[in-house]
Formats: sequence, C-alpha cells, structure tokens
Amino acid sequence: MIDTTNTKSLETAAHPENLRRVAIEPVSRVEGHGKVTLLLDESNRVQQVRLHIVEFRGFEKFIQGRPYWEAPVMVQRLCGICPVSHHIAASKAMDMIVGATLTPTAEKVRRLMHYGQMLQSHALHFFHLCSPDSLFGFDSDVAKRNIVGVVAAYPDIAKQGVLLRKYGQEVIRVTAGKRVHGTGSIPGGVNKNVSLEERDYLLKDIDQMVEWSKAAVGIARQLFEQNLDLYNNFGTFKAHTLNLVRADGAMDLYHGGLRARDMDGKTLFDHYDYSHYWDEIFEDVKNWSYMKFPFLRRLGPDDGWYRVGPLSRVTQCDFIPTPLANQARKAFMAFNGGSATGATLGFHWARMIEMLHAAELIRELLHDPDLQGNELVNIGQRQERGVGVIEAPRGTLIHHYKVDEHDQITRCNLIVSTTHNNQAMNEAIRVVALQYFDGREITEGLLNHIEVAIRAFDPCLSCATHALGKMPLEVEVLDAAGERLSSLSRSSDGTFSALA
Amino acid sequence: MSDTFHLDGVEVKFEHGQTVLQAALAAGKYIPHLCYHPEFKPHGSCKLCTVKIGSRTAASCTMPAETGLEIESGIEELNALRRTLVQMLFAEGNHFCPSCEKSGNCMLQALGYDLEVHTAGFRHQYPDRPLDASHPDILLDFNRCILCELCVRASGEVDGKNVFALSGRGATKHLIVNAASGQLKDTDIALGDKAMQVCPVGVILKKRIGFSIPIGERRYDQRPISAQALDDAPRKPAGAKP
Ligand code: SF4
Ligand code: FES
Repeated sequence: MIDTTNTKSLETAAHPENLRRVAIEPVSRVEGHGKVTLLLDESNRVQQVRLHIVEFRGFEKFIQGRPYWEAPVMVQRLCGICPVSHHIAASKAMDMIVGATLTPTAEKVRRLMHYGQMLQSHALHFFHLCSPDSLFGFDSDVAKRNIVGVVAAYPDIAKQGVLLRKYGQEVIRVTAGKRVHGTGSIPGGVNKNVSLEERDYLLKDIDQMVEWSKAAVGIARQLFEQNLDLYNNFGTFKAHTLNLVRADGAMDLYHGGLRARDMDGKTLFDHYDYSHYWDEIFEDVKNWSYMKFPFLRRLGPDDGWYRVGPLSRVTQCDFIPTPLANQARKAFMAFNGGSATGATLGFHWARMIEMLHAAELIRELLHDPDLQGNELVNIGQRQERGVGVIEAPRGTLIHHYKVDEHDQITRCNLIVSTTHNNQAMNEAIRVVALQYFDGREITEGLLNHIEVAIRAFDPCLSCATHALGKMPLEVEVLDAAGERLSSLSRSSDGTFSALA
Repeated sequence: MSDTFHLDGVEVKFEHGQTVLQAALAAGKYIPHLCYHPEFKPHGSCKLCTVKIGSRTAASCTMPAETGLEIESGIEELNALRRTLVQMLFAEGNHFCPSCEKSGNCMLQALGYDLEVHTAGFRHQYPDRPLDASHPDILLDFNRCILCELCVRASGEVDGKNVFALSGRGATKHLIVNAASGQLKDTDIALGDKAMQVCPVGVILKKRIGFSIPIGERRYDQRPISAQALDDAPRKPAGAKP
C-alpha cells in the first residue's frame, strides 16, 4: 500500500536538477489556463507535483477607478462559465456600499437567477466535462473519451444534460435580461421582476428538470457504487472545509454566515459574519504560481488550507431545506459508512444533490407571488466598504471593494472558489501521482488521471487567474536536461495528435 | 410646389434651406449618421452620412439639397466605408459594450448593429483616459468620446455655459472641461442642461443610474436606429410655416 498521507514533500523536490519534467499544459475541460508539472527521477518515481497558474491578468487593477455601479456587470468578464456568480457577489458587495436592505422581490429574483446558474453550471460539469471520464473510464480510449463519444453511447443522458443546462440558462435570461452578460442585478436590488408570462414559461418544464436532476443523483450514486474502491480512494485526502450556512444550519447558496470545520469535523468557527472575512481568511503567495493560497488564519499558512464547493457544502450543512435533495443528502451521508463524504470523487455526487436542490428551489420560487412585486430597489446610507459572499457552483466566492466619495472603486479583492481550492487541488494530484505514477511509464491515460482529480473540483482557472480565455492542451515530456522527448497536443474536442 | 432630388432612385421632396440628410429623414428615408442632431447646426465630422453624387462623395448632413441631384446612399460601396468608420471609432477608444451602461442606448453601438459590423477590423488602441468623477451627480468617461462636439455645441448654444471644448488636433484631439482645474466639479454644469442629453455614446452620464433600465426596455432594444432616427426627424425645416 502506498502511503499517500505525506504529500507535503511533493510540493518541492529535494534535487530538481536531476529530474525529468512532465508538463500537462493547460489542463483540458477546465476553464482558463493551468498547467501541471511532474518531476520524475530516472526510475519514473514522482518527486514533485504542482498545479500552476501560468497566466495572470489583474482584474483587480483593471476595475480601479471605475464607478461602483458598473462592477456587477463588469465582473462578468472574469468568467465565461459562471459570470452570474460574479454578477451576484459583486451586487451583494454593492448592496453594502449603497446601504441597501433588499426588498423581498429583489432578493427572490436574485436567488432565482443564482439557482438557474447553479443548475446550468452543475449540469455542464457533470454531463459535459466529467461524463467522458466517469462513463468510459479514466484511461479509456482517448478517441472516445469526450462529449461526442458520450452522445453516441448514452444519447438520453447527453440530451438531458443539454436540456438541464438550457433550462438554467433560460432562468438566467428571464432574470438577468440575457443568457450571458445580463444586467438584472444592480446595487440595492434588481432592474426587473419576473412577469406572469415569464413565470408560466419557466413553470412549463420545471417538473421535468426536477425529475432529471433526481435521476442524475442516481447516476452519480451508481457510478460510486459500481467502482467503490476507486471512488473511495482516488485522489482522496483529508481537508478542512469552508462554506456558508443559513442561521439554522441549512444549506444556503445565496447568503449566510461562514462555517469552517477541521479535517476531523471539529467546528473552527460558525455563522461567522463575512463582512470582515479577513480576520479569519488570509492569502499566501508562492513563487511558482500566480494563484494565491488562501488559509485559515488561526491554523496558519502551512496547515490552514481548506476545501470549498459542493462536497464541503453538502457534508457540512445540517440539512438541505428542500425535501428531495435533503433525502438525497441523507443517503449520501449514510452510504458505505460515510465514505463518499471525504472522497475526492464524492464531489460529483454532491454536485448532483445540489443540482437537485437548485431545481427544487426554482420550482418553489416560481410559485412565489413576490417575484411579480414592483419594489425592486432599496437604497440607504452610503458606505465605504462592501463585501459580498455567495456559494457559487464551485464554492465560496468573495468580492470585496472600497469605493471613494466620488463613487469610484479604489480597491478590489476577489477570492474565487477555485483559489480557495488551490492547495486542495494540489493535494489531490499529489495523491494521485503517488497512487498511479510511481515507477510506471507515462501514458496519456495516466496523465488523464491527474486531470480527473483536478476536474473533480470543477475548477475555473479563468476565474482564478482573473483572466479570460481557453487554450488547447499540450503535454510535454522533457528529460532532465530540458530536451523534449515527446509531446502531444489535444484540441478542445478531446482529440489528440502528435506534435512534430 | 417643392423641389425634389433622387435618393437611391426614389424621389425626395425638400424645402429650401434643408440639407440632403434633413430632407431625406423628413421624407422617411434613412441615411446613417452619428454627429448630426436635429436640434443643432450640422457639424460634418463623423462622415457616416457620406453619400455619392455621380463620382463625388459628400457629407449629406452639411450638403444643401438641390433640385435634380442624383444621390446614392444605400449601396454596398458606401456601407462598407461606413463600417470601416465605425470600426475605427471602436478601435480608437475603449468601448466595452457588455459592461457599458450606455449599451442599448448608444448610437455608436446601434449603428454597429445596423450596419452589421461584426469584426473589430483594427487593432484596439486601448488609450489610457482616466474618468472625471469629481462632480457629485455627473460622471465623465472620456474613454468613449467620439469627438462629435454635440456637448460642446449644446453647452455653448443652448445652456450658455461653455462647459466643454475640444483641444488638440488630429490624433491628439480630445474633449476638455472648461475650468481652471480641468475638473467638472468646478463648472456650473447641472443635471437639467442640454449638454446632459446629447452625447450619442456613454461619456456624459448621470451618476448612480448605471444599469437600472433592464435589457429589452432600452432605446435600441425596441427598434433599430434606422427606424428611431426617422421618428426624431423634424418634418419641416426650422422656421417653415406648418
Ligand atoms: S462627450 Fe459625447 S457629445 Fe461630447 S464630444 Fe464626446 S461623444 Fe460627443
Ligand atoms: S452625420 Fe454627417 S458627418 Fe456626421
């Protein structure tokens, strides 16, 4: 049995000069530009593993000087996958700036938008980005291991994925005005309500969406059950957790206090007011990555890293306040003595429980007459500082601004979900490297194992680097002298070709 | 009996003193334009309204209408040139439509859609132009200025205040604020001024409005600029008897 508990030594190799370097660059089916490098000795034993962020465009700088009311729309440029999360987190920060207490209509329209986002993002990830790995196997035929292959082999599942995503996007369009780059959420509220006509349009298909989401939880469970050993252990490590919870301990994706628990389940802080999050959360930098390394101050930079996202939220809330998802959560928690709750691949199952929760919440909200209310904005005493935190599809998302007396943003700090998970993702790939790589010849299938571990977190590296754009994948194997031994390139549809 | 000229083969009546553009708009014929405003004397700087008379080209907003002219406007040759002009305006400033609060109400953007400008065409210059946010109620975002001088004309001719001016020439030409400090807070501009209403793009903004008008209810969401310009056109030349 390989000891996967001591991964710390894999952050930096003792003697990197004699090692062979393998780069996975950038990681595919992940948003943004990331790169994994492995240093191997002559017997292919792993000596160093790092997930780097190799590109950085400073959004925080870019937004300085802009008027605060522009921020909720402007920040959507950060990310093509979850722009709505940034839209809402920035709006919440600006609510503080304008001293607003939201009207019921404003809060409910925003929540609806957010749940639409949750649904479409989780559907995209499970059905489109991850299903090739989970349905075909991590080192299955690479020519088939892509969404085109999934559509051919499992047409019904693929179709449901597409329609779930589309439905989520329609919820966004109705609430934000557009599927991408909407403007619905503004400082102090929203700029539109949901008309009866729009409500009826969304009501038409919601039962089907709840059904399909329920079925998706079943698929996620089945995958876990059928490959119990693999799913329990693959890239699994112990981690502290962080997430928002409602005052009664329920899962709440839109608002709440921060709850942090250590890796043994002991509560570190609970219902913590995020408007001064910096007293508990701090960011470390390392010279080999542009992505920062957040940590819990009370535990320090070395031991204070934590995990956010669906797995943390589902396991750390006390209950889920919609019946089907709560039932699904109970089954998840009880499964196999709770083994899924700490498993890296348990993320997928947890994500589907959240998708079901989002679908149920959308159904609930659509029956709420407040959506048709006309009190959209409520503004109070102007403040200097605003912090907005939500649980985005990928985890806790923090937006923090300072605005001067001329209404210009003077300071901006964003801690996005993927950044919270930076160290946790590094841990996961180190475990996988130890589990699968040591001493073996490098193949594409093996390299994909690394990516499977990263994809479990559904990272959005474009958010994390505060940059835009996707790149094709390139894998390079270099010898110790830096000479290229072989390389492969992968296009965005997943097909490989050898580079000259 | 009024006089007539031909625009793209169609007879257009005009009154003495009208320009080609004014007569065309009054007759329900659209010619793309940007720096022309029905309430101000034509200025002739953007050249979007360029038409062809035989082998000659002219800005229709400044060209007096004359009997018997044979004018071409809606031809691909001219529209291609207009697209290039719009692309140059986009490249020269910082126009990020998705995060601009004037989106949907902006003439430049609306013209871009109407002329089907789908590509950048030129490398963006990304000029560095800080905002003037000094005034408590009004924001100036110089990044979007297309130097049409409408605000200069409105502030001088209607408001009698001369808050704005253009300075420099050629590529260095830019909008300035007439105050010793150069800042808007030291002028007597007010929210009710004409200068607050005329900017075709998103430079002169009332603060804290932002994105409060939802998508779908903005000016050019409803109907394209080619239709709206006809609604705005005076049907009679200034001073004419009804
Ligand atoms: S600020 Fe607006 S109205 Fe004034 S010159 Fe620039 S574009 Fe024209
Ligand atoms: S409208 Fe005629 S030159 Fe601008």
